[in-house]
Amino acid sequence: MFEVATYMILFAMLLALVSAIIGQSVYDKILAVNIFGTITVLFIALFGFLTERPDFLDIALVYALINFIATIAILKFFEYGDMGRSSHMNEDADI
Amino acid sequence: MSNLINILSSILIISGALAIITGLLGVFRMPDFFTRLHAASIIDTMGSMLILLGLMLYSGMNLVSLKLLLILIFILITTPAAAHALAKSALHGGVKPVLGKDRT
Repeated sequence: MFEVATYMILFAMLLALVSAIIGQSVYDKILAVNIFGTITVLFIALFGFLTERPDFLDIALVYALINFIATIAILKFFEYGDMGRSSHMNEDADI
Repeated sequence: MSNLINILSSILIISGALAIITGLLGVFRMPDFFTRLHAASIIDTMGSMLILLGLMLYSGMNLVSLKLLLILIFILITTPAAAHALAKSALHGGVKPVLGKDRT
């Protein structure tokens, strides 16, 4: 059953990549990359059980962290135009 | 007993993969960015919850199951925050929701 679920998740990852390529606006692309990261966490967990090495779950946990931070950072860049200025010039700059 | 648990966890995992593919079909078919975001949240809730619960049921009570529970809690906390930030950023960035003719 792990083989079937892994192939279905690989197909879903392919669909997410296609959605990231053909998305019209930049927010569609960010949404597709976020979906791709979530599916990748599930794929790593399933692959650890498929090869009977559940140590991969640590990598899945770290990947979930990186996915969230990357989404928030890219969104901040596209909303404010930069990643934040030095705070001694403007108090509101680095919020 | 062990056979029953295997069958139950395989049902959970396969239905979780089906939920993921359903959410991606919704991302392809929906007409608007915000409705696409709505369809994508199926992947974050139903897909990850069903797959990780199936894996927890398969592995039993040990450290692996605790790690799976940590991944599930972390996904359930962070993906609504990411979806909210995405919707707010798209709304400030000028993406207009598509409304019906009788609603404008």
